[in-house]
Formats: sequence, structure tokens, C-alpha cells
Amino acid sequence: MRIEQSIEVDAPRPVVWDYVTDPANNLEFMHGATRWEVAGGIDRGLGARYRVLLHIGSADVGGLIEVVEWSPPGDMAWSSVTGIDQRGRWRLRDLPQGGTRVTFRFAYGVAGGGLWGLISERVAARWLRSDFRRTLENLKRALEGDRTLA
Amino acid sequence: MPASRTGTVAEGAGEPSSNGGDPSRVAGAARRGRSLLGAVAGPVLERIQDRLAADLDDRDPDYIRENLPWVWLLSSLWFRGEVRGMGRIPEDRPVLLVGNHSGGNITPDTLVFTLAFCTYFGVERRFHQLAHNLVLSSPIGPLLRRYGTVAASPQNARKALEAGAAVLVYPGGDWEVHRPSWQSGKVDFAGRRGFVRLALEADVPIVPVVSIGGQETALFLSHGEHLSRALGLDRLFRLKVLPISVALPWIVNVGDFLGHLPLPSKITIQVLEPIELTERFGRDPDVDEVYEHVTELMQATLDELAAERRLPVIG
Repeated sequence: MRIEQSIEVDAPRPVVWDYVTDPANNLEFMHGATRWEVAGGIDRGLGARYRVLLHIGSADVGGLIEVVEWSPPGDMAWSSVTGIDQRGRWRLRDLPQGGTRVTFRFAYGVAGGGLWGLISERVAARWLRSDFRRTLENLKRALEGDRTLA
Repeated sequence: MPASRTGTVAEGAGEPSSNGGDPSRVAGAARRGRSLLGAVAGPVLERIQDRLAADLDDRDPDYIRENLPWVWLLSSLWFRGEVRGMGRIPEDRPVLLVGNHSGGNITPDTLVFTLAFCTYFGVERRFHQLAHNLVLSSPIGPLLRRYGTVAASPQNARKALEAGAAVLVYPGGDWEVHRPSWQSGKVDFAGRRGFVRLALEADVPIVPVVSIGGQETALFLSHGEHLSRALGLDRLFRLKVLPISVALPWIVNVGDFLGHLPLPSKITIQVLEPIELTERFGRDPDVDEVYEHVTELMQATLDELAAERRLPVIG
């Protein structure tokens, strides 16, 4: 199952990049995230690992993820090491009129597949879409609010 | 000793007190049935003995992972499970998780908590649950073993803790799980203190796990302890109860041996702070004092959870 959502943020791409790739910010703006901890020696960049949990339904679901793509200030992608199979990506692009288009992609699958796997993927998608929408809105609010305050 | 999904390690602990009935009144009528039970019990008991030893290696993380989807669906959509405080469970050491137990032989609290534990810490972390011998000897026993369930005994629990596992025990076991529905807000371990001795011997913290909602999945009427004693089930199968309930699809459900279709009651679980026994109670803690402390803490939490509920089943 793959979910993609976008939003336009009135902030320069490097500023958005710094914000979304700083693990200290994830619990602030990622709706439903209950844990986002650095696991290992690197806190950001290629090979950085995080222990991540998202509250979905009745459980905190996630595991250990590792950054597998790091192209500042455009693309950052991660893949799961343990826990639920997942792949996530932040994709930032300049807007012609200024500002940044922020795209968040999240692909996941449950182990074993089968009928229960298919159903649970679809049921989870309903929660995740809502959470990711609010995540992007939080991001926009944080960055545009910060700039206004500055 | 429990007949429920998970059980107690309180061997030799205090028995549930009688409520004043006279078992001899039904003993005569049950005598013939008891002799028949005795005749068939031999092979069953042999089978149980064969399966008593804990083989921790039966636990299969891949199997657990592949079965999480339906457990998650059931927990999220049917029981609307809510587990709070998972972060309080120590991550890097063995721990004894002590819960109150509800829901008859279908124990939704175990299902919801097991899911929460496996998704929070990952299926890679060793996690064992203690269950009654009869449960592990039933047709679902082999499946439960792959989840890490082992027979409830001090030896098995110690073995699991020595292996570094988190161990889940329900001291109230079959007694508590079949308590009447109007006692849903009561922690009732029936005086079983084995879990305290286990935690002291293994030098591990106790983490209380308090749940509510399971006793609303059916209308539980009576433990049926006198009936169980009269039929000799306590001696033959370590069954202290023969519960009576009103439950789907049986309507009147005696024994709950085949389980029942649980009502979609909201299950809420609260994990409390770890209790470091020697740190809190000194180098030679009094078992009774620790027992009282743990049960009082759990009862206070259960009272708070009960106060949050507006309606039965709905939550």
C-alpha cells in the first residue's frame, strides 16, 4: 500500500529540508508519531537509524528504520530494518512563485500477506491518510509560523 | 490454578475462599459423573504432563509477525483497544508483567496487550506468557506455544526470565477471569502470591498491567467453584471453577470450554511504573507486604479506569 500527500509551504527549500530531516522535530509535527529516537552514532544523513512508532488503530506500530537516500535539499528516503515493512520519502521541490512543494510518500506492507494482510493494510490506510494530512498541515504551520515570528 | 488463557505461578498460595455453600449437597448427584471423569482423566493428564515442560524455543517470531494483521484488526476494530504507558516497561532487561485478567476463556486483555507489546518492542524481543496446562493441552496449544506461551509454573517462569524475557503472568488466573461481571472493577488474585516470590528469586522488577472491559464481553454470573469441587475437577484438572455465564452463541454457557463470541467491549489497558522490589522494600522484602502494595496500586488504577467508563461495553 502506498500513500502520497503534498502541500505547498511558503518557505525556502533549505529551511524546509533542515526542519524535516532533524529528528528532534519529528514528534512535534508528525501526527500520530509516539516515538522518533536516534538509534546509533549518526543523528542525520545517510545510514542514520531511528526507532520509530506511529499510533495506528489500537497499537504503536513501527520499528527500526534507516536512511537509505540523502540528497540535500531535495530527497530523503528511509527503509525499515525491523518491524513493519515500510519505506518513506520526503521530496522537496522549488515552486515557480517561490516556496516549496513538500511531498511525503509512505509505502508499507504487512508480513504474511493473505486476506487479513490485505484488509489490515486498507484499514490502516484510512488512519494513515488522515495522520499524514495533519502532519503536512503541522509542518506548514510550524515553518510559516516560524518565519513570521522571525 | 487458572483455566484461562494465561495463568498463575502461585503454587501453594491461598485458595479462593468459599462463599458459604455446601458442596456435599451436590456431591452425591455428581458421584457417578466424577467416577466417569476419573476414568477419562488418566490419558488427558498424561498428555498434559508431556506438554508441561517449557520449551522457550517453540516461540516463533516470524509466525507472530505474520499473524499480527488479524490480531491488530480484532484489537483495533472489535475491542477498540487502548494501551497506555508501554514506554514504562524496561527495554533491556527481563521483567515480570503482572496483570489482572478478564473475559472468561476468551481473554481480550491478553490479545490487546500481546499485540501492543509485539508492535512496540518488535517481535524480536523475547516475550512469554504463562498459561494453564489445559489451555496448552488443547487443540490451540501448539499455536499458543509459537506465540511464546508456556505452562504456568515457577520453573517455566524462572527459565524464561533467566533467558532475558519479559514474562506476562495473571495471578488471578481462572478465578479472576470468571468473576461475575458486576465485579469487573475488582482486582482479585485470590491471595496468590507466587508472582512476588518469583520476582524476588529472579531479581526482576514487577510491572503492573491493569485492564478493564474484558468482563463486559459476556454476562458472567458465577465462578461455579462448588460445582467444580463436587465434580472433582479441581483435583483432576486443577480447575477451581466451573463458570456460568450468559454468552453468545450459547446463551447459557457452563464451563466456557468452547469459549464464546465476545461482545465488542472497549478494552483499556494501563501499564504502571516498574516496581524495583529490593530498592523499595529492602534486601529481604516481606512477600505479603509486596503483594499488598502491588494489588493496592492495581486496584487504585482499576478504579480510575472504571471511573472513565460511561457505559458497559461502549466504554
